[in-house]
Amino acid sequence: MAAFWGTNNADHQARICHSTTVAGVANTWGYGAMTNSYNDIRNAKTIMVMGGNPAEAHPVSLQHILEGKELNRANMIVIDPRMTRTAAHATEYVRVRPGTHIPTVYGMLWHIFKNGWEDKEFIHQRVYGMEDIRKEVEKWPPDEVERVTGLPEAQVKRIAEIFAKEKPSTLIWAMGQTQYTFGTANVRASCILLLATGNVGGFGSGANIFRGHDNVQGATDLGLDVTTLPLYYGLDENAWRHWCRVWEVDYDSMLSRFVDKTFMQTAGIPSTRWFDATLLPKDQVSQPDNMKAMFIMGHGGNTITRMPQAVKGIEALDLLVVCDPYPTTWAVLSERKNGTYLLPAGTSFEMNGTRTASNRSLQWGEQIVKPIFECKNDYDTMYLLARKLGFADQMFKNIKVENGSVSAEDILREINRGGWSTGYCGQSPERLKAHMRNQSKFDLVTLRAPKGDLEVGGDVYGLPWPCWGTPEFKHPGTPVLYNISLPVKEGGGTFRARFGVERDGVSLLSNGSYSRDSEIKDGYPEFTLSVLKRLGWDKDLTAQEMAVIQQVNPANPDAVSWQIDLSGGIQRVAIEHGCIPYGNGKARANAWNLPDPIPVHREVIFTSRPDLVAKYPTLPDARQFRVPNIGFTIQKAAVDKGVVKQFPLILTSGRLVEYEGGGEETRSNKWLAELKQFMFVEINPADAAERGIKESDWVWVTGPEGNAKAKMKALVTERMGKGVAWMPYHFAGWFEGVDQRSKYPKGADPIVLGESVNTLTTYGYDPFTGMQEPKATLCQIRAA
Amino acid sequence: MARMKFLCDAERCIDCNACVTACKNENEVPWGINRRRVVTINDGKPGERSVSMACMHCTDPPCASVCPVSCFYVTLDHVVLHSKDLCIGCGYCFYACPFGAPQYPKVGNFGSRGKMDKCTYCAGGPEPDGSPEEFAKYGANRLAAGKLPLCAEMCSTKSLLAGDGEIIAEIYKDRVRKRGYGTGAWGWTTAYHEGIKV
Repeated sequence: MAAFWGTNNADHQARICHSTTVAGVANTWGYGAMTNSYNDIRNAKTIMVMGGNPAEAHPVSLQHILEGKELNRANMIVIDPRMTRTAAHATEYVRVRPGTHIPTVYGMLWHIFKNGWEDKEFIHQRVYGMEDIRKEVEKWPPDEVERVTGLPEAQVKRIAEIFAKEKPSTLIWAMGQTQYTFGTANVRASCILLLATGNVGGFGSGANIFRGHDNVQGATDLGLDVTTLPLYYGLDENAWRHWCRVWEVDYDSMLSRFVDKTFMQTAGIPSTRWFDATLLPKDQVSQPDNMKAMFIMGHGGNTITRMPQAVKGIEALDLLVVCDPYPTTWAVLSERKNGTYLLPAGTSFEMNGTRTASNRSLQWGEQIVKPIFECKNDYDTMYLLARKLGFADQMFKNIKVENGSVSAEDILREINRGGWSTGYCGQSPERLKAHMRNQSKFDLVTLRAPKGDLEVGGDVYGLPWPCWGTPEFKHPGTPVLYNISLPVKEGGGTFRARFGVERDGVSLLSNGSYSRDSEIKDGYPEFTLSVLKRLGWDKDLTAQEMAVIQQVNPANPDAVSWQIDLSGGIQRVAIEHGCIPYGNGKARANAWNLPDPIPVHREVIFTSRPDLVAKYPTLPDARQFRVPNIGFTIQKAAVDKGVVKQFPLILTSGRLVEYEGGGEETRSNKWLAELKQFMFVEINPADAAERGIKESDWVWVTGPEGNAKAKMKALVTERMGKGVAWMPYHFAGWFEGVDQRSKYPKGADPIVLGESVNTLTTYGYDPFTGMQEPKATLCQIRAA
Repeated sequence: MARMKFLCDAERCIDCNACVTACKNENEVPWGINRRRVVTINDGKPGERSVSMACMHCTDPPCASVCPVSCFYVTLDHVVLHSKDLCIGCGYCFYACPFGAPQYPKVGNFGSRGKMDKCTYCAGGPEPDGSPEEFAKYGANRLAAGKLPLCAEMCSTKSLLAGDGEIIAEIYKDRVRKRGYGTGAWGWTTAYHEGIKV
């Protein structure tokens, strides 16, 4: 849709969830997703949760975590500023200052390197640049770690030793690492800790990154993203040409839809910055004009930081379309009167189609009820819009539309035809439907069906990507990424050779490590026709496959790679020889293309510790995603003005189990609404006593930007450490103390309304992803 | 005959309220009445534990002992039920119950109590099984349909177990053995006058 409309300004929810994870993790070892699965956590001996509260955000995952803890008598370490419901079940709870993930990890690595607890063989064979990390870690002796994080040496040493020695160890995270101006670096530090201890690519280990919405992994994979076309192909000409081939659309006609080729290949404006693109002077926005229109499909307005700015942004738009089962904050927040359209959307229960889970598994969902009232499902809405805009025939060229109803099966088949880069090619609708029919046959822990089963034998449930080759190739899916103990054909793999074969004379290919049954017993680059030829394996390609490869690039078929070979032949032949199509490379401890190639600690923009800013400043101002990022200027001004004296409490935010996302649906559910009837702020008893605040009192919370204020109830609890306040982010419908219920269309107002935490959150964007910083800012609280 | 019991494994309960929501939805329990709820002790402090609580369907139900109109009866599966036609909303059972199970709707001025409502183990009431009258007064009758209470069926972490006392005790024993540390199934000894021997 965005491509045909000629824009890259199309983004989704994961911008504010796991954009930094995807960027950081993919830049480390190839793919930006959970390496293992929820179920596989049952195999872990040490489970470390750093920056996540799955007991509230992912309750069912606790079944796996707690069973793992019980069956293996596993260590469960929870590192969090808040003594969460998850922490209540930990064998060790570590209370840390918000925004100090990298010092915590380096503090652990300091002990690990000093005592030789690192996995030397693993690092030697499979990791690039760990020496650079060692140098950085030397700057983090225990006293500096304690000065910055507040963690005592003995505790850091203890958890480091457990994590390094009582293996397999898995690291679990969610927004507690990602939602920072240094979110990408945070995530990279986590990967490095896993690499240093040899905890990637095996059962019970890995980066178990918990995604937070139904199909948000799928939305990420399918490139509803300002930086890439579907399935991580990026935005360069090769990517566009690939997708134009898949869509059977002429490349030049696609190009003509954009302002020019540069625009076609430049990342768009992320969801975190849309109002800056609307409100900033035109000359500061690198596109022909400001953002003038927004079409919002299933995204809360109250989950994005700096809401007072968003209010102005909404008012400045020419056109606002909200396509959602509920009117959402977008519709009621501002004084906007005209040019606002509400399109009723059905829920996921009202449509067929696939959803991708956190562990890369796809599930086929059947429609449970027909869309109620005048609602439409998302496919049909998009079809109707495409028809109005005049490109439906091209957009739905290979997707059947009958009586206005779009075929979900055909959408998946189109994904299969183009999804080679990520192994989204083998999960046909037929295979996935067979999995749904045979759910009971899959093992709870391994997720595999017994080999002998006729329909799904040997498959991993939901064919987690990469599921290589065509559906007929019958790849079982990959339950654990980069797992060399299995042949590629059975779901094994190596780190992806994504970053070249050598850098400054150092090989980036693996050193004597390879997946089981590989005919190449060492590292190798990614496969192209020319690589196959050099190995003499091109003879294994069928005439049909060869013909397709010729068609893909008639001028230079040798350059056709596993990613753009639409026949799947290159993948098939590589795998028949035991090799993985994307090559056998090293994971990168040093990711030279990132703003901080080696993760470096930086204080948050509005820090509680201005004394540390001189040593650990945020990155300099720069332009990113068509708009300026002036984080450095704002951090400096905040320090110079002594903002922390006026706003002495750290404000962090997170999830409640009762509500989800922006909360419009869940706050409209009477059973859930009954459980949490008021917006609240959690505050430590000492902080409350100093302010004369008692449990359940009404309080005003003020923020350091633009006289932001919000009214809510106080929950006085030792769950919070002194000096730190916490708020849930699901509330909306109050703004700066004013109840906005009357602004909802009659009967469409949620049962529970409340202030949004993002009325108070502040400036701050990760330079590589545009991620916002709602996990640590400052506030003041007083009795109302 | 099976002896139906509830067991909440406090090592597993995470206060996710799935049981509460399942109960509310399955039985159409009105706002303000809590047949099941999750209680958290030492909230936010070391040693924090959450337990899902409802009527435990006691072996020797104190509610029945104190009821002045004898509205309680015990089924063959040993589920403790009551008749709302007989109940006078006096509140005695609330004082007698060690678990705070009985709930009363406010029906008039000065907070006067209506007829008592409590967990039925998803087993309805005296009316014919699965009848609209039964549903209106007591909610679903899953047990008659061969199904267990929905709260336990929907528990995120398999903390809340429901079923034949001997079977769930066996499951719990197995867990305790594997964990290698003691037992403490919350409310079990109070309700059933016995511990779980491991």
